[in-house]
Amino acid sequence: MKYIEEYRDRELVLKLVANIRKITKGKYSFMEVCGGHTSAIHRFGIPSLLPPEINLISGPGCPVCVTGTDFIDKAILYSQRANVIIVTFGDLIRVPGSSSSLEKEKMKGADIRIVYSGLEALNIARSNKDKTVIFLGIGFETTAPGTAVTIRLAEENGLDNFLLLSAHKVMPPVLEALVRDGVKINGFICPGHVAAITGSHIFEFLPKKHSLGCVIAGFEPADLLQTVLMLVRQVNAKSPAVEIQYTRAVTYRGNSIAQQQLSEVFEFSDAVWRGFGNIPESGLKLRKKYEKFDAEKIIPVSVDFHNENPHCICGDILRGLKKPDNCSLFRRACNPENPIGACMVSAEGACNSCYKYDRNE
Amino acid sequence: MSEFVSLNHGSGGKQAHEFIRKLFAVKFGMHDPLTDSAVVKEYGFTLAFTTDSYVVDPLFFPGGNIGKLAVCGTVNDLSVSGAIPKYISASFIIEEGFPLNDLEVIAASMAEEATSAGVRIVTGDTKVVGKGKCDKLFITTAGTGIIKPGYEHISFGEKIKPGDRLIVNGPIGNHAIAVLGARNNLSFSSSVLSDCASLNHMIQSVLDKSDQVHFMRDLTRGGLAAVLYELAQLSKKGMIIEESSIPVDEPVRGLCEVLGFDPCYLANEGKLLIVAGEDEFESILSTLRSHPLGRKSEVIGSVVDGQKGNVVLNTNNGGRRILDIPSGIQLPRIC
Repeated sequence: MKYIEEYRDRELVLKLVANIRKITKGKYSFMEVCGGHTSAIHRFGIPSLLPPEINLISGPGCPVCVTGTDFIDKAILYSQRANVIIVTFGDLIRVPGSSSSLEKEKMKGADIRIVYSGLEALNIARSNKDKTVIFLGIGFETTAPGTAVTIRLAEENGLDNFLLLSAHKVMPPVLEALVRDGVKINGFICPGHVAAITGSHIFEFLPKKHSLGCVIAGFEPADLLQTVLMLVRQVNAKSPAVEIQYTRAVTYRGNSIAQQQLSEVFEFSDAVWRGFGNIPESGLKLRKKYEKFDAEKIIPVSVDFHNENPHCICGDILRGLKKPDNCSLFRRACNPENPIGACMVSAEGACNSCYKYDRNE
Repeated sequence: MSEFVSLNHGSGGKQAHEFIRKLFAVKFGMHDPLTDSAVVKEYGFTLAFTTDSYVVDPLFFPGGNIGKLAVCGTVNDLSVSGAIPKYISASFIIEEGFPLNDLEVIAASMAEEATSAGVRIVTGDTKVVGKGKCDKLFITTAGTGIIKPGYEHISFGEKIKPGDRLIVNGPIGNHAIAVLGARNNLSFSSSVLSDCASLNHMIQSVLDKSDQVHFMRDLTRGGLAAVLYELAQLSKKGMIIEESSIPVDEPVRGLCEVLGFDPCYLANEGKLLIVAGEDEFESILSTLRSHPLGRKSEVIGSVVDGQKGNVVLNTNNGGRRILDIPSGIQLPRIC
């Protein structure tokens, strides 16, 4: 597998590890923002390779984890209506809402279907003309262009039974919020796939305004270790900057076609993030031109959501303030079978990754 | 336990295990270890007895169909208990309107597979239910076989000890990927064939040559990871696995990368794990490799004293982590 095997090469990995060890002076904390990175770091056993002075902290980059309870509650309300099909990506169905989950509603008979892409949702709408199909759009700048294309195709094909409930979000405002809230890190392992769309320039405010280093990383072991090496060098030289490690996918300006699709269909809006609350201009909602596809406009619902379990510290974990092991519920009341917080549900969640791949030996 | 049955309860993972233990095993007075086949003694004979239901979707997939699967599955459940499979029953729940031609093809596959495995299908039952009351066709097979003296321990893993080697008989994940590719909601097609096969002859060739087979289990739902976890729990020993030794075919590896699956969690229908004694693992490996269904057999790891109850994976890239039991639903209706 070209572009995969060479980045998992054991010798290369061990060489990078040796180089990191050589230049490590004092303690370092780096935050991997992207859930894909969290999952990869644990799956490849990266913590077992790093010197103990280097601490990796998970951030708010797992879309399922940061989705607010209000969104789940709205989706549940929709699923309880007659002649509605809810179409969603898999992980979302297990996230607990205030009093139920989509999975529980499915068991009770709600028509909830799991897809791998928005285009599949369109096919479901086409073949169920007598029903309303509501697609749960979730994800950052990486997946939002796919939803934008889906909406444009729905428009072109004149589909009048297809709606979007959007929880799409963008990255820069939450990074700003993290720094404002006082996260203690020396730099960011920045999300490679977000940057492939947006370009690396969206992270420039971090070194400029906050003197924090940023390296945009790929998802294989050698990528991640090279990224750590680059960050350690930045910290040692006291020269924070935005660097691209993932050069095979990321450029300064990004993917202009995807960006055009995004801005054609979506505009910025306020959005609720689990752990952070409302962050201005951090969400994506459909522009007026496309509002006939906006589930909340066409079928308004209001939810009275309760907060999560008071002992659940997902919010603090997403803000990089705590680790899963600091949670009194972790591995006890909260596990992948009975997730209490969203970070345990998603395969990209910090709690799920730690549960699955780490254990005190 | 949640109030309703969810698909997770049928996944072969942690929830399925708990569900079976707490709901059925308690009521039926069954005790640990819950093995693929029951081992019962009557009149001086030791018999293995097993049953399994097949609900695979779609019914026909590259490399097999539900009928072939129903025979192989039961033959394999018996064989990994150290039994020589003998007799099989087959029950069919058929949806009104199901094409007779398809049923004939499926029945012919079952007959063919039974003949080549050397078992006889001796009894059965059919029920037809109204349109929409079941999904096309479900098959349940049960089977029985004889366990020769000296092989009773295999199913319970009583002889597993540190130093034993863990062997799989070839590339994992092919069945799950073949079935997934045959579903039309995922827009990929691949050349991957299901590994669906009766393993009894291959297993017999190993048992004939060595008395150091300490445990066997077929790698069905939950895949290699589920079996290794159960093995670690059953034996109260640790398992160290070398990721680079686990055989995975290139197309399966590639599709796993794209779809976000780990091959260790994918279902197989013609693969097993053998725990082989330290002194004879090399000869067991070479016997396996001389059989067509074991040509690509590999030693993937070993049993160790420490790490009790854990499966530790040394990753390809030189890292180290836990290989946990699958949790929640992996892929529904794969067998």
